[in-house]
Order: sequence, then C-alpha cells, then structure tokens
Amino acid sequence: MFYRKTTEQIKAATRPSSVGAKAFYNNPKYRGWIYQALLLIFLLAFFFGIISNTLDNMAAQGIKSGFRFLETSVGFDVLMSLIPFDTTDTYARIFLVGFLNTVLVSLIGIFFATILGFIFGIAYFSQNWLIKKISIVYVETFRNIPVILQVLFWYSAVLATLPSAKDSLQIGDSIFLNIRGLYLPKLIDESGSSIVYISIVLAIIAVFVLRHWAKKRQALTGQQFPLLKASLGILFGLPLLALLVTGVPFHFDYPVLKGFNFTGGTNIIPELISLSIALSVYTGAFIAEAVRAGDQSVPKGQTEAARSIGLKEGRIMSLIIVPQSMRVIAPMLNSEYQSLVKNSTVATAIGYPELFTVFAGSALNQVGQAIEMMFMTLAVYFVLNMLISCIMNLFNRSVAITSR
Amino acid sequence: MSENVNSDQDNASSVISINQLNKWYGDFHVLKDINLQVAKGERIVICGPSGSGKSTLIRCINRLEEFQRGSLIVDGVEMIEDVKNIEAIRREVGMVFQHFNLFPHLSILDNLTLGPIWVQKKPKAEAEATAMRYLERVKIPDQANKFPGQLSGGQQQRVAIARSLCINPKIMLFDEPTSALDPEMIKEVLDVMVELAEEGMTMLCVTHEMGFAKKVADRVIFMDAGEIVEQNTPKEFFDNPQVDRTQKFLEQILAH
Repeated sequence: MFYRKTTEQIKAATRPSSVGAKAFYNNPKYRGWIYQALLLIFLLAFFFGIISNTLDNMAAQGIKSGFRFLETSVGFDVLMSLIPFDTTDTYARIFLVGFLNTVLVSLIGIFFATILGFIFGIAYFSQNWLIKKISIVYVETFRNIPVILQVLFWYSAVLATLPSAKDSLQIGDSIFLNIRGLYLPKLIDESGSSIVYISIVLAIIAVFVLRHWAKKRQALTGQQFPLLKASLGILFGLPLLALLVTGVPFHFDYPVLKGFNFTGGTNIIPELISLSIALSVYTGAFIAEAVRAGDQSVPKGQTEAARSIGLKEGRIMSLIIVPQSMRVIAPMLNSEYQSLVKNSTVATAIGYPELFTVFAGSALNQVGQAIEMMFMTLAVYFVLNMLISCIMNLFNRSVAITSR
Repeated sequence: MSENVNSDQDNASSVISINQLNKWYGDFHVLKDINLQVAKGERIVICGPSGSGKSTLIRCINRLEEFQRGSLIVDGVEMIEDVKNIEAIRREVGMVFQHFNLFPHLSILDNLTLGPIWVQKKPKAEAEATAMRYLERVKIPDQANKFPGQLSGGQQQRVAIARSLCINPKIMLFDEPTSALDPEMIKEVLDVMVELAEEGMTMLCVTHEMGFAKKVADRVIFMDAGEIVEQNTPKEFFDNPQVDRTQKFLEQILAH
C-alpha cells in the first residue's frame, strides 16, 4: 500500500540540508576526480607489484632478462625464409624471418579472401539458382568450421596425399605439384630488364593521368571515355611493348627432377599453400557475408530511381550501389583483415615458420625469456593490425556519406 | 463503361498507349486487361484502394515492373524485351516516388546532374546550370550543396521532382508523391505539381489528394482489384460516380 505524503513532508524531504554547508566531496565533479585518482593509484600499485615480483622471481631462478639474446646465434634452421638465413644467424634475424613470413601469408590471404568474398557475396544475388546456392553453401560451410581444422584439412588430407616428386602432377612442362609443394619456373633478370619494370610503373602512372584527363574532358564536353578498356590496354600494352623492344630481357630457371627431388625454379612449400588456402577460404566466407550485407543495405528504391532517370545497369552499380554498399562493407573488411592476420598464428599446427611459430615457439623454447619474446611478438601483431586499421579508416572515410 | 470520355481517342495521337495489358505476380492477377490512352499534355489522376494495382500500372510504363501480356507504347516506342527500347523509353519518362529515393551519398546538385551527365552526356557546367534552374523552380536553390539527409521530407520530394525534370522528360509519373509527407509539407509539393501541370506536362499521378485531382486533372481513373473500374472528368467523377465501388470508395475517402 502507498501512503500519501503531505506537501509539507515532501518539501522537507527535498530541501537541501543546511547543516555542514556543502562538503567538497559531495560535488559530483570533484567526486569524479577523486574516484579516478584512486583508481590510478591502485592500477600503478598493481602493475608495479607484478613487475617487481616477476623480476625478483626471475633473478631468484637465474633467468636472464634484457634483449642481449637477440645477438646470439640461433642454431636451428627454418623451413622457409624470404631473406638468406642459416643456423649461425641471430635471433634478431629469425625474428625478421618470422615477421616477413607472417606478412607474406597475410598479404596472400587478404588478396585471395577479398576476391573470393566479393565473388561469392555478389553471387548470392544471382538470378541463377545454382550460383546462388553455391554461394550459400560456401559461406555456411567454411564459416562454421574452425580455421585450425581447415588448415589441417588442407595440409594433411589434401596436400599430404599428393604424389612423390617422381610422379608429380604436371601443368605444362614446367609447373609441378607434389608432396613437397608447388614448383614454378623462376624469373631471372637479364640486362635491360629494368626498362620493363619502369614501363610497368609508367603504365600505372599513365592510367591515373588518363583518368584525370577523362574526368576533366567529361566535365567540359560531356563526352564519356571508355576508361576501363583503355586502362587495361595501357597496363598490359606498355609492358608488352617494353618487352618486345628490349627483346625479352628475362629467362626462366625451370624446375628439373634430379633423383628424388627437383632442383631449380621456385618451390612453394605445402605449409604455405595450405595455410594460404585455409585463411583465404575461411576469411572469404566472412567477407562474402559482408558484401551481401552491404548490397542488401541499399534500398531497392535506389535502383528504381536510378533506372527512372535512364542510367544503365553498369552505371547504376558503379555510381549508386557500390558507393553506398561500401560504407557498410568497409568497416567489416577492416575487422576481417585483422582477424586474418591474427588467425595466421594457426600456422603453428602445421609448422609454417611465421612469427608466432618460429619466434614465440621454437626460439622461445631455446632462449626461455618469455616476457621479452612474448612482448616482441604481440607488439608485431598489434602494430600490423593498427596499420590495417589506419589504411582501412582512410578508405572508410573516402566512402562515408557526408550527411546528417 | 459509361461516359468513357476518351474512348473515341485515336491511338496514334496518344503519347502513351496501353492495350489489353495483363500482369501476374505468380498466381496473383494484378492487372487485368488494362486499356488506357493518354494524350499529349493530358493530366490523369489514378486512385483506388490499396492493392488495386494503380502503382503497378504506372510502374509498368517505365518498366520498373514487367508485364506478361498486352502491349504498351510510349511516345512511339514499343515496350519490348530490348535494352535499347527500355532505355529509350526511360529517357522520356520521369518518375517521382513515394519515398523520394534521392541518392543519399550525393549532394542535391549531384543528384540532379547525374542523369544529364551520364545519360544525356552533357558537360558538367551545362548540367549544373540546368539543375540550378530546376531547383529555382521548386524553390530550393539554396539547398544545392546539402545532402538529402539534411532536408525535410517536402524539400526532398521537391528535389526528386527537379531531378526527374532534369532529364527533360515528356511524361511525368507520380507514385503517391505526398503519402509519406507530414501534412504541413504536402502543400509545397502539390504546388510544384500544379505549376508543372499548368505548363502542359503530360502527367500520370497516383494520389489520394482529391483536391489536387479536382484542380488539375483532365481525367480521374478509379482502379479496383486490377481493373480500371471507372474513368471520367473530375467533375463528373466526384459529383456523379456511376459504379457502386467508386461511390463506396469516394464515401470513405471524402468522409473526413
């Protein structure tokens, strides 16, 4: 039951207390500062306690600290390295080897995951029943299986069943696939090859110049320019011309079977192949979902309005749908790319020598300085992902809608 | 059908000629044997209960909807399954939607110049000059550099009208242009439409604004269950409806 207070009682209850004036700690602003100061003191004490305790313990157990270990020799070899490496090299060097391998597999993964994601994301909207269903099955299958299982699947169930070097699967005369990985011809530069490389750079610059020119001309005269075709023509044509003029200043070093193994060419190890496939396919499924969400976020009325003013379907896509769906897709792409970089650590299950496996794994086992090595390793992932965030935020800003 | 005012009209002089048009959504028969001739400069208001097929009918005219049987000729071009024909017709027909459908990622000016630049291949400066002229006509030239999200509903709808006019259409379709607007904004949109009608634009307008119909329509069409039930001059239509269903509809709509 309620009982009704009299007006007098309410007034008495709400009247500010006149006793003791106003204590400063009752002021909400000061109170906030006091709480924050107390929290800060507590946190500082907490971390100081942990750090000093750890240092004491390490000293007591005779564990070395500091970064001098980086200059000592490793004493073991790695499966794959983008820079020259042998067992006498230092821990600093193997840190770099691991870092580069992480960057390599991340870039490969991001590249193919993006392509897969966009293909299957767009396929979802296909009028073709089969294509639509394939897209759904792809997303549902690979999104729902742990990525570590997928890596092991490609490594143990697919690549490990490939034939030995002698019975390699062969594509043409010079590409071989066997249990030791993929063997490709290696491109060897001859004199004059720099001209071809310069021509590629020039072609890219030319495309930007052309784009600028076409835009300007359209603004002035209204004439449209077949930019895509012209750009492709320049991108392929100019380097091709350079090749012909310089008389193809390259030759290939072909892989050749000698005894039980191949010599020459480039070998892509099965660990890298299976990790790349697994990361691309897994992340691609999530990106496909992001693309699908982006497309669905654009109301049907947008297409209808664009049609009603006579725009062609291709232009509706590039001028209306893509710019609007990108603002939904871009933030999701950011987190998918970051996940991919972090997920590359599952390499440890198959022994691909990326940073986590080789530095926080093998190297740490030998040195034992967990704190330094773990901090170095996690700093790399932190910085890599911050970098992705920065790039994607720039991209995000360029596609964001400037209203409201 | 009694007093079909335009039944004697010659098909050849029509800017829109719809004959025996039928459309189904799956099993659902949305449009049943629609016959409609629209003369150049004619202003038609289409009304009817929701689900009667009136929006679907005008959306067939610029092929936002396909139809399965019958024929549709717009400004001498027959609507067939041919991209060139469809594009040619869409260039002649402007459309205003219930929910405006402005492009939110483009400024008002860019919304207006998109068609002229990409469809009519006009220089940017010329397209912008035209756009500003139309913005002045709908009385919001000062909003040119804002984005759709920053405008009121009435302003957005006026921009949408200006956007359609920028492609210089021969025919304007209005699909319930005031239904999504707050009451105080309906007038500003109707004023623009009345002005447009007075300038001689051929207009087909799906609306329940009976005041607008009385004021500008040459002909009012009443649709129900996918059929054209009755059509007449506004005066006759409102004062002397011939069919039961029309009478009932008018009673309901004019009751308050």
